[in-house]
Amino acid sequence: MTIIHHLDDATILSFAAGTLGEALSVAAACHISMCSECRTAVRKAEALGGEILDDLESAAVSDMRRAATLASLDDGMMARPVFAKSDMPPPLQRLLAGQNFTQLRWRKKAPGVAVYELPLSKSAKGSLKLLSIAAGMSMLEHGHGGEELTLVLQGAFKDKIGRFARGDIADLDEDTEHCPIIEEGETCICLYATEAPSHFKTFIGRLLQPFLGI
Amino acid sequence: MISVLLRMAEKTHIPLSTAKQVDFAALLFRVAQSRDRQAFAKVFDHFAPRVKSFMLRKGASDELAEDLVQETMIAVWTKAALYVPERGSASTWIFTIARNLRIDRLRRESSFHFTDLENFDAPSDEIAGDDALNRSQEDAQVAHALAQIPAEQRELLILSYVEDVPQSMIAERLKLPLGTVKSRMRLAYRRMRRLLEAVN
Repeated sequence: MTIIHHLDDATILSFAAGTLGEALSVAAACHISMCSECRTAVRKAEALGGEILDDLESAAVSDMRRAATLASLDDGMMARPVFAKSDMPPPLQRLLAGQNFTQLRWRKKAPGVAVYELPLSKSAKGSLKLLSIAAGMSMLEHGHGGEELTLVLQGAFKDKIGRFARGDIADLDEDTEHCPIIEEGETCICLYATEAPSHFKTFIGRLLQPFLGI
Repeated sequence: MISVLLRMAEKTHIPLSTAKQVDFAALLFRVAQSRDRQAFAKVFDHFAPRVKSFMLRKGASDELAEDLVQETMIAVWTKAALYVPERGSASTWIFTIARNLRIDRLRRESSFHFTDLENFDAPSDEIAGDDALNRSQEDAQVAHALAQIPAEQRELLILSYVEDVPQSMIAERLKLPLGTVKSRMRLAYRRMRRLLEAVN
């Protein structure tokens, strides 16, 4: 798998710092799980976090807490978690409780367009959805809010920026306007994360009026 | 925050902090291999107060901060065998554990757990030559690089890592458009990377 479209450096930094919102973090983590280049980039950004942690002034931990921690150590060791072999990125595998795309209860939004909403914690802003868009469909030109990520999981789409296939992530600038066309041959499934629900409404609104079969 | 910034700005000559004098990677190895409680206590005494400070700065109460310190340090104990020194320094590893536990605590109801990158590494992911450098060396390099970038970029990094302010809020706080904050973040990150790659 050759990934062409990566996470923006600003997103890499937020992810490593832990300030990226929940929905965006899931999409970013899924891409990172598929992309060794972005894994390396996140590691560099985490090294910065390690340095900053090491540089912080100390805050005394109570003796009681220290004693309690040392007393609670047992001989148990954690093994590296094992994920079932799957085309599904591990973070998504967990959210879907092992189901594959065909097992999901998709909500049809328009001919050729279906949505599956993924659960987030109550405090989360924005939303996280899987979008399924039929081959050959085209979307109207639309802009982006600057706080959204679209990760291709199956199929591909093309726009003026290039071709986005499995593993590619669109981490677009606010001012980027584009009109993606889904490639022939296979339904395109994307993971779409946004921090701002209102943006999504416009986006979905536009998905609802696609030019069919171009 | 200002004190940190000042402290960072003053750091044109980077003193070797204790982390660079003690080989924490070696201590973690002893924890993993022989469940060495004395080695663990040394790791605890260095990192627990820093993790607490990290949690407090991110807005945790004293009690929550200590809870998270305890969780973090117990995770260090149980996961010590999963620490791969070639992939990062002990500080970096402990930073990611603390960060993940804090986020998981905030998002308790969610089924998405902030995941360790190690879980994603394919066996084919080779550890590149420069990655295999001595990590304690890299720590000093990161500190040095941090001191070299412009103050406005450093401020953004500190806001993100220490004060836990999302980009959209940084934009609001500094009265800058989100796009400007993002491009400053990018500049800061690229500059850091370049500085780090140059020394390697």
